Amino acid sequence: MAKTEEKLIVNGKRLDGRAFADLRPVRMQVGVVERADGSAQVSFGNTEAIVSAYGPRKLFPRFMQEQDTGIIRYRYNMAAFSTSDRVQPGTSRRGIEISKVSRIAFEPVIFLEDFPVTTIDVFTEIIQADGSTRVTGINAASLALATAGIPMRNLITACSVGKVDGELVVDLNGQEDNNSDADVAIAMIVPKEKLTLLQMDGLLTKEELFKILDMGRDTCKKIYEMQKSAIKEAYKPKPEKTEKTEKEAKTEKEKNRKVKEER
Amino acid sequence: MITRRPYEEKEERTGKEDENLESVEMQEHTLREIVLPGEMVAEKKGRKLGDNVYEEDDKIFAKVVGISVVNENEIKIIPMAGVYIPKINDKVIGVITEVGISGWTVDINSPYISFLPVSEGVDEFVDTNRMDISRFFDVGDVIFCKVSKVTKNKTIRVSMRSLGARKLYGGAIVKVQPTKIPRIIGKAGSMINLIKTKTGCVIYVGKNGVIWIRGDNNIKAIEAILTIERESHTVGLTDKIDKMLGGSAGYAGVGYASSGGPSKESSQESKQE
Repeated sequence: MAKTEEKLIVNGKRLDGRAFADLRPVRMQVGVVERADGSAQVSFGNTEAIVSAYGPRKLFPRFMQEQDTGIIRYRYNMAAFSTSDRVQPGTSRRGIEISKVSRIAFEPVIFLEDFPVTTIDVFTEIIQADGSTRVTGINAASLALATAGIPMRNLITACSVGKVDGELVVDLNGQEDNNSDADVAIAMIVPKEKLTLLQMDGLLTKEELFKILDMGRDTCKKIYEMQKSAIKEAYKPKPEKTEKTEKEAKTEKEKNRKVKEER
Repeated sequence: MITRRPYEEKEERTGKEDENLESVEMQEHTLREIVLPGEMVAEKKGRKLGDNVYEEDDKIFAKVVGISVVNENEIKIIPMAGVYIPKINDKVIGVITEVGISGWTVDINSPYISFLPVSEGVDEFVDTNRMDISRFFDVGDVIFCKVSKVTKNKTIRVSMRSLGARKLYGGAIVKVQPTKIPRIIGKAGSMINLIKTKTGCVIYVGKNGVIWIRGDNNIKAIEAILTIERESHTVGLTDKIDKMLGGSAGYAGVGYASSGGPSKESSQESKQE
């Protein structure tokens, strides 16, 4: 049941012109936080997350230490300025829940038993929210953990699928999310086709849920390839600056200055 | 058998002990493509599992982002990043953080703190009831030591009963990614010896990513080391460092020159290898 009178799907296309199974423009970059062990910035359309990962590192207070395994501390936080209404800073009921489910999504893939008594810290900051924030956070956290050199069985890939105006669509944006009939967040190990996170909000029939899982799997495959190329891109040798290019840059600068002066 | 107390040792041995450190032949693997966690590296075919890989259905998968090394005996990954996890017999540089009754707590740049007992730290008899052991090592002292014991839940013990183990006076400490240490040492110590010769500095390299440098020209040495860390996965790095340090070759003849540089013995050894 759409809450707005405005139709969200017109002529078989969504309001932003996407087909049902299309993603928004995706941008992934690793190594954005200089001081973190590993970090990544991922954006799906207007949704943008910065994640930094640290560890394995010493864990205090001591009662949190586990003698035979390490632990993950996952923090999901929305910046106060991330939505049109101000988000109350600090922990919220929603934030605690998403932190927990995201942590559980990563627990099966990280070799925690290799690092007893330690912790792996993941900080997810949503700096701009426009639907599907938790899956954007998970995608970014996966890249951050990989670049931090933390041993993992595989990368985790996540996507959201929902039911909007009676149609099943992939990667909901804020408007669709708010007015959707149902919203499913999926995180999975793509090569194994195993789910590590499955959350549903709203009403769906059994058949629709299975359809959604199929769509989610196909979408995750696309995102997984993007994640892999994002990491590989970061380690590609960059072309060195030669003297010639520096000189060219200088002359260009001078030209620009002259143009400005003339103006 | 070490007869002298570690803190009395002179600088005679400097520069040789680094050769004991394992140097990985990274150079020839630099052009290989980077593997990601979960990517298949190779079929097992009865080979040994090295570091940072796991086995599933007789196939070997990578655990971390890195460069794969596959040979007849072993399959492993050289990681691009990561913390230092102590292994037995690693030579590390540590900083004393606490003086206890029967030993010292040592920070070895790892998620795990280590302990240096009096019996492993000093060669003479020490009556811990009567003597304050801070006279041997005090808080803030830097030591070059060996990891002597690692338990299942990673309680670490270090020892000074090892060739080259000593207290390090003065100097500067540079911390780099522990995974980049083999590249900084180079094939049979070629890279670190180059820096030693060109800058005339005394350099100790710990497996834990801590590098101790002393010398008049230490700024250049630090710059070189940080360059190696930054560009470790590129090709032709030795030449680049050589060029970078080119102007300061004259320093090799003065100051700590006797301790730096490849000795004749070491060059012979590398030829034999």
